[in-house]
Amino acid sequence: MVADYHRPHSLERALELLTDNRLTVLAGGTDFYPARVGVAISEPILDISAVRGMRAIERRGDHWRIGALATWTDLIEADLPSGFHGLQMAASQVGGVQIQNTGTVAGNLVNASPAADGVPPLLTLDTSVELRSREGTRRLSLPEFLTGYRQTALEQGELLIAILVPATAEGATSAFLKLGARSHLVISIVMVSVVLQIAGGEIVDARVSIGACSPVAVRLTDLEVELIGQPADRSAADIVSSDQLDVLSPIDDVRATADYRRHAAHVMVRRAIAGCVK
Amino acid sequence: MTATFQVNGTQVEASSDGKRLSQILRKDLGLTGTKVGCDAGDCGACTVLLDDEPVNSCLIAAGQVDGKAITTVEGLASYGTLTALQRSFLHHGAAQCGICTPGMLMAGTALLERNHSPTESEVVDALGGVLCRCTGYRRIIEAVVAGHASADSPPEAPVGKAVGTSVIRIDGEAKVLGIDDFGADEAPENVLVCRVVRSPHHRASFDFGDLEGFAARPGIELVLTAADIPGRNLFGVIPAMADQPVLADREARFRGEAVALVIGESTAIEGFDPSEFPISWEPLAEIMDPELATRPGAESIHPHRDDNVLIRGMVRRGDPTTALAKADHVVEGTFQTSFVEHAYIEPEAGYAVRVGDRVDVYAPTQSPYMDRTDVAAILGIEPEQVRIVPSAVGGGFGGKLDLSFQPYVALAAWKLNRPVRITYTRPESMMSTTKRHPARMHVQIGATSDGRLTSMDFNGTFDTGAYASWGPTVANRVPIHASGPYVYDGYVAESVAVHTNAPPSGAFRGFGVPQAAIAQECLFDELAEAVGVDRLRFRIDNALTAGVPTVTGQVFESGVGFRECLEALVPHWNRALAEAGESPRARGVGVAGVWYGCGNTALANPSTILIGLRPDGRVVLHQGAVDIGQGSNTVITQIVADAVGIHMSHIITLGADTDTTPDAGKTSASRQTYVTGNAAYLAGRSLRSELLRLAGASNSAHLELGEGVLGINDEGRTRTIDLGEIGTDRFGFVAAAEESYDPPTTSLDENGQGSPYAVYGFGAQMAEVEVDLELGTVEVLRMTAAHDVGRAVNPALVEGQIEGGVAQGIGMALMEEWVPGRSENLHDYLIPTIGDVPEIISILIESGDPLGPYGAKGIGEHALVPTAPAILNAIRHATGAAIRHVPATPDRVLAAISRRKDR
Repeated sequence: MVADYHRPHSLERALELLTDNRLTVLAGGTDFYPARVGVAISEPILDISAVRGMRAIERRGDHWRIGALATWTDLIEADLPSGFHGLQMAASQVGGVQIQNTGTVAGNLVNASPAADGVPPLLTLDTSVELRSREGTRRLSLPEFLTGYRQTALEQGELLIAILVPATAEGATSAFLKLGARSHLVISIVMVSVVLQIAGGEIVDARVSIGACSPVAVRLTDLEVELIGQPADRSAADIVSSDQLDVLSPIDDVRATADYRRHAAHVMVRRAIAGCVK
Repeated sequence: MTATFQVNGTQVEASSDGKRLSQILRKDLGLTGTKVGCDAGDCGACTVLLDDEPVNSCLIAAGQVDGKAITTVEGLASYGTLTALQRSFLHHGAAQCGICTPGMLMAGTALLERNHSPTESEVVDALGGVLCRCTGYRRIIEAVVAGHASADSPPEAPVGKAVGTSVIRIDGEAKVLGIDDFGADEAPENVLVCRVVRSPHHRASFDFGDLEGFAARPGIELVLTAADIPGRNLFGVIPAMADQPVLADREARFRGEAVALVIGESTAIEGFDPSEFPISWEPLAEIMDPELATRPGAESIHPHRDDNVLIRGMVRRGDPTTALAKADHVVEGTFQTSFVEHAYIEPEAGYAVRVGDRVDVYAPTQSPYMDRTDVAAILGIEPEQVRIVPSAVGGGFGGKLDLSFQPYVALAAWKLNRPVRITYTRPESMMSTTKRHPARMHVQIGATSDGRLTSMDFNGTFDTGAYASWGPTVANRVPIHASGPYVYDGYVAESVAVHTNAPPSGAFRGFGVPQAAIAQECLFDELAEAVGVDRLRFRIDNALTAGVPTVTGQVFESGVGFRECLEALVPHWNRALAEAGESPRARGVGVAGVWYGCGNTALANPSTILIGLRPDGRVVLHQGAVDIGQGSNTVITQIVADAVGIHMSHIITLGADTDTTPDAGKTSASRQTYVTGNAAYLAGRSLRSELLRLAGASNSAHLELGEGVLGINDEGRTRTIDLGEIGTDRFGFVAAAEESYDPPTTSLDENGQGSPYAVYGFGAQMAEVEVDLELGTVEVLRMTAAHDVGRAVNPALVEGQIEGGVAQGIGMALMEEWVPGRSENLHDYLIPTIGDVPEIISILIESGDPLGPYGAKGIGEHALVPTAPAILNAIRHATGAAIRHVPATPDRVLAAISRRKDR
């Protein structure tokens, strides 16, 4: 049994197909196939991997644009400013090289797993996503796009075509920490991402996010506010307190207990901040 | 639409659709060198190069390769000439079972294209996406680091010196070429496909609906349920305890249990949706905890077994109560271990063909003759009507000792008179096949103030799951081994195997001994500390030695090299303790010992080897000890070469096949080198005598085989026999020998006293770890493993076993916990990756066993047993925290650290 399979070369054609049919969108395949082990692939597929002009990672005006087909490897190999290093560190810890070579950053967002490696660093970069349908284009901030556990604001007929990162992050320092029970190929127990703008020895802007401790990764806004104005040295890490982590809602699962996740998040946030100011 | 692309330089076409590239390569193009282990990007076995970059071919849509170039393992060697990396894999012993080898080679090839002299850490990052369960990765890393270096010439084994030489494994070339056929790699034309309908519930009753209507669907040839089994709907590795239905009858006792088979054309079966199968389920209350299973009033999982107890085991020596009273220090603790999954990279797969009134079953199995007996009973035919032909086995570790799909395809092929194949998915393999028994153990150990052990009291409950499998073996083996290789005045160990609605717990490298060793060895550290003596010294002082009775009262006059193993660690121990003391981080060092009896426990387990000389001057070795990657094909050939007195290159080794190769027993219990090795030695000597008799030569004569001739040099007198002039027997041999060997053991009395094994192997391992005190993560920095293997027939293969065992021990210690219904894939169930196995220093102690062939004994299981306790002891040394529950995941380690702080 072979299902309908479309692999258009233009975005217009892709959107046309998507509007007229119920299609599952396939790009890198690294989430699509694992969800279909032992079952026939019977649903109609829109394979967007051949769509032209959607793979570049480039600066356009006041932001960086990561095309929907850019892979983790593309991101790792891109020459990006220091504010993106945390994101690149996250990319290099996704699966193994094989997954990095095919999986897309955009697909990681659309899949909306609580443990998505790309979400915490992109949250700290004030990322938005560009959604395109035949009706037009809309731009949503990442928190607006990720609406819940494996849920997004993507509507029928719409494709995520690019990830947009404001260029203001360029001069920031950034860090990403991932905790798992083995060295490679690991689904995170906790992820922490930090982006700090430092000027004159002082933290002038701060963004901190935690993944795998809530249905959608979250920013620690209380902590961010308190970090601003702190001296950019090791003492900054001491600002972290457990009530700033109250926005987390970790669960017990096969990887760790909720209490452990909360504790580990605290430790890792401190370390990530210390890593940025050292 | 068509996708046009290149595969290994040849232009091919495939339909452009969402089918997995791995499936196109394997099924449509016949390139089965690319292996499928999970279909989910978790194992990397299917790695190919897509425009020179490594990708998982299970995650690529056929349509996506249009216009691109694919390289598979078949595209590496050109005209039979191996690439430098393939040669390096061979020479470094980087391939054991070979199932991950193609994926490793492709990832390594891509790295070496970019980077001619990669560092170890570059190799680790490049190969981190491919899992290996056999090797412990170290030789793979070495092979890739040296992948561009001019390959050293492999060690040669001159006549009479094969034993003791690290010759390259004789089946290695097929493995690095990707042409060794595993269970899923081959099937006859016209083959039908079988799918299994399994219970989605831990326990449920069920009723079938319109099976006939379902069977009438297009492409469906047959539906089979319990009612269709012509013989006995029952199997089990311990015949007296056999209790597992081939297809459950009215009630399923574990999630994943087979209830029906659907057989049909591959297209129909590929599209088969189990939710459309006419069956209605009534979930029943399940029992998942042995403690609840044994409570008064608990429902019986098997009505004929009271209190859900399968079996109890016991060993008692001396007077443990009095001995304990004499102790100045007593430590005790309760320990808990988890289900551990074998996670071989090859899921179960194979096929069956009916040939007249016989049926041939092709399967990756560790136990062909046991399979034959059970398949025959299930089909209601004679064992001689069943032929079991083992395929290459992509990892076993005990998990492929029990029947899995063999009766399904045999029965279907028998009924339909058409070949039938099956390939388990990863979730199917993980939910339905056996596991390591979870254990709950309470242990008390005493010592005098001068550091001498007085007594040990062990009480262990083992969750044996829904069916017996190897539960009786675990229950019997544990009380014998729970002492460790140490000497006590009084000893009592009791074990019980309890049924639950978990999948059957069976055989897994060590049969319960790794669990027991955790309890005993961890308490030893606490006891040494209470006494105030160095932990390694404490073990040396209490070590079992020759001439001293074991806990079953058996006395060995030689071949007990345990103390030597411990003493070999002393310089490493002193160095590691000093380094740990100087480190600003939380570093620790731990040690643990092992003993392990080779072969069945107090039961016969003979092996038979047949060899013969053909008129063309080749010696044919019928070698039935299934090589599951450990190297028996090579080791047995080495032994035969020296026993006959010929060069290995004159021997043609044929693998197991129940029609042509005598029974060499199962590949388990670390028995093949010792038991089959002895049969091989005897057969070799016997053939040699026969050849000398033919030539009228003396025992000291040298044999030289040539094309159709046998040359003899007897004290300077030479002659040549034309083998074509000698008649042949019915097998076509000029001369042949068949010999058996069964270890001399005795049954055990009511106190477990006797000689359960003829040979024990011994070992001791030292772990060095670093613990993150804030996160509870543990990094193993180095393992040092000293093992008394009697004599290393092939030192490189022995070290390969040690490294693989250590890797599995690291997994058991730190990450592996299979939870029924929750970890049925290789991303929720974690096994060590290439970055989790540190440097391993192997030290081989060759004490020369009096019974082993050339003094050799087993190593397969010994290598895993001490790893976990050595790591736990190192964690305790680093942090002061005692871990009582494995795996020691970061949350458990951190909890143990906080408990210690609270005290």
